[in-house]
Amino acid sequence: MTDSMSPQTRRELLSMIGKMGGGVALYQAMTALGHAAETQFTGPPQLSGAKPGASVVVLGAGLAGMLAAYELAKAGYQVTLLEYQDRPGGRNYSVRGGDKVVEVGGTTQTCEFSEGNYLNPGPWRIPHHHRTLLHYCKSFGVELEPFIQMNHNVFVHRTDAFGGKPQRYKELAVDFKGHVSELLSKSLNAGALDDKVSKEDKEKLLEAMRDWGVLDKDLAYTSSLKVSGQRGYDQAPGGGVNGAPTPSKVNALSDVLASNVWTQMGFYFNYVMQTTMFQPKGGMDMIGKGFAKQVGKLIRYNTKVTKIAQGGKGVTVSWQDLKSGQVGETKADWCVCTIPLPVLSQLDVQVGPKMQAAIRAVPYNGQLKIGVEMRRRFWEENYSIYGGHSFTDQAIGLISYPNNNFFKDDSAVLVGAFANGAGALQLTGMTPEQRIEAALAQGSVFHPAEYRKEFMNGVSFAWSRQPWILGCTSRWTEESRAAHYQNLVALDGRVVLAGEHATYYGGWMEGSLLSALDAIKRVHQKALAA
Amino acid sequence: MSLPVSRVALVAVTALAFVTNVGARAQDSAGGSSSVKVADEGRQVYEQICQACHMADAKGGAGAGANIPALANNPKLADKDYPLTLLLRGRGGMPWFTDMLSPEQMAAVATYVRSHFNNYPDPVSVEDVKRVGAARPGPVPDCTTCN
Ligand SMILES: Cc1cc2nc3c(=O)[nH]c(=O)nc-3n(C[C@H](O)[C@H](O)[C@H](O)COP(=O)(O)OP(=O)(O)OC[C@H]3O[C@@H](n4cnc5c(N)ncnc54)[C@H](O)[C@@H]3O)c2cc1C
Ligand code: HEC
Repeated sequence: MTDSMSPQTRRELLSMIGKMGGGVALYQAMTALGHAAETQFTGPPQLSGAKPGASVVVLGAGLAGMLAAYELAKAGYQVTLLEYQDRPGGRNYSVRGGDKVVEVGGTTQTCEFSEGNYLNPGPWRIPHHHRTLLHYCKSFGVELEPFIQMNHNVFVHRTDAFGGKPQRYKELAVDFKGHVSELLSKSLNAGALDDKVSKEDKEKLLEAMRDWGVLDKDLAYTSSLKVSGQRGYDQAPGGGVNGAPTPSKVNALSDVLASNVWTQMGFYFNYVMQTTMFQPKGGMDMIGKGFAKQVGKLIRYNTKVTKIAQGGKGVTVSWQDLKSGQVGETKADWCVCTIPLPVLSQLDVQVGPKMQAAIRAVPYNGQLKIGVEMRRRFWEENYSIYGGHSFTDQAIGLISYPNNNFFKDDSAVLVGAFANGAGALQLTGMTPEQRIEAALAQGSVFHPAEYRKEFMNGVSFAWSRQPWILGCTSRWTEESRAAHYQNLVALDGRVVLAGEHATYYGGWMEGSLLSALDAIKRVHQKALAA
Repeated sequence: MSLPVSRVALVAVTALAFVTNVGARAQDSAGGSSSVKVADEGRQVYEQICQACHMADAKGGAGAGANIPALANNPKLADKDYPLTLLLRGRGGMPWFTDMLSPEQMAAVATYVRSHFNNYPDPVSVEDVKRVGAARPGPVPDCTTCN
């Protein structure tokens, strides 16, 4: 094949290197071309040649389970997927009008959103470097659109700052930058840093602070039209006779510090929070549905796994059908288990003591989201906010504005809470009605005239009370990683674990997928050697 | 032998340092810091924290093969060190609370759960919490933006 020796594109070149030199060569070549360090994904696995009749039972039809099933079936295995819920996707889910949210303890809400509106209660944003997920979305025809992560015009609210009045992010961030620049300039000029920086660097730094901080000729951060060019004007520039702008007044240093705005500035610097970010068109569950289009016929829904037993010959998984009450068993040569650990830790699982201990060593975070449907897009009409998040130090954490359907006249759903830590537990302990009331009371600080007036209905999703997971995402520590991680992911006889808990990329769909790919590669290798 | 597994493993090692430094720090979170405070009194700690999982009546509930155990009428609570061990270290789906509750709050909520939902009236003290905690230091989450 002379053709393949003369690659036309970078991609062909990479796939050629991949075929000839394997993973390491491919990785090195990608690094040289400048785009590998961002991911461990080296393309879909090229598994093939399963032994005739070889079988795998996959537990859980979240993204990890469905990807494992898809690639194993492609390699020639007979695959069965057992899933507790009546739908695919697991944590990859969207709540829509008519959906019931049932919690441990029996509390049931029926979502009342209008047609087309939804809340993504779990995953909602996808960073541009999550190449595994992006690859399969593209392959399975899941359409993505921008997720507006960063918006300079949103609000930052801190109860103890500015008398509790929310401030625009851009004003606080520009003021913070300006004051810090002024202070650094002053220390430089006072010679306070002369033993730390060279004369040339000092000069450069002074220039940088003047530019970057928008300082005046005395190296002070003061109100001016130039500064307003970043933080906004009192009267914006206009046309004709009264076109001249007037500057806005900068905030004092101590007020800016009280707002803690650096926590938002720092948040946007996080690798996983950097733009560009995406969301699926029509709801996050489009990804789960896209995967289910490939493997749906392999899934047995409403099937609660109760026991995993294994011997020299194979694996036996016991289950109960939630509709009929009927109990049954599924036998296979291998088992890929993606059941979240809070559930798995209480099942009868026949694996060695090391994996047992690992399964019981990882508690989960208990986040909570609330969706509130509003009659109109007042945040767009009255505040010029199009997507993004307004932050608060109250329990709700933030409110987040829709990323799609801008300028439409219809109703729309805001994320009215993305609570974590103690705030999430406080809200989870409430009744659904109390949660909505708390969300309205706290969210009103941002849009006091409109928030309650335009409110139609709301739904809350408390992860600690979802019967199939009892939590949100795994909570590893340095200690538990060192003591248990390798024991958790190692193949134990014929059973391997995969999913959000079995990765160093916890809390992200990407991690679930990478974990599934790694697990099935090892199962396949062992199956071929057996 | 189409599968260069050992090589894939090598790639994993190469990139590991990178992922621990950056990826592991940041699970999905709201962004920003919270000022939510937990009250000091035993009953309030229960209502603001424990009730989320163990329910208002402390009777727990059942999930997909997994249970949140009842704390009401629970003979295991006769031993006051038992709830403290769980609060300090966590176990399975029960998180540790060293990063959310002070020793005073732990003592208060343990006293409340043992006396209000059970018949063990002798109070749990801060010294008890320190004694049980001294056996081994509590865990340190490896992620600063996930909680
Ligand atoms: C609040 C929140 C926000 C998040 N934000 C993001 C984000 O913005 N971006 C991102 O990429 N990721 C995000 N994530 C993480 C992402 O949701 C997960 O990493 C991913 O969806 C997990 O997939 P999984 O297949 O590993 O597990 P799951 O999706 O949990 O799949 C496990 C499956 O096992 C099933 N199961 C449980 N018990 C049993 C049983 N006894 N028998 C049979 N089946 C059982 C469950 O029903 C479920 O379908 C977020 C998660 C949460 C909770
Ligand atoms: C995020 C959910 C969650 C929260 C919040 C929570 N627990 Fe738990 N708790 C659990 C789970 C799940 C278990 C079962 C753990 C296991 O599998 O061993 C448990 C177990 C326990 C047990 C052991 C019960 C037994 O019978 O063995 C005690 C005691 C306990 N919790 C006390 C508390 C107290 C006190 C609080 C509040 C400070 C609290 N829990 C908050 C989920 C939670």
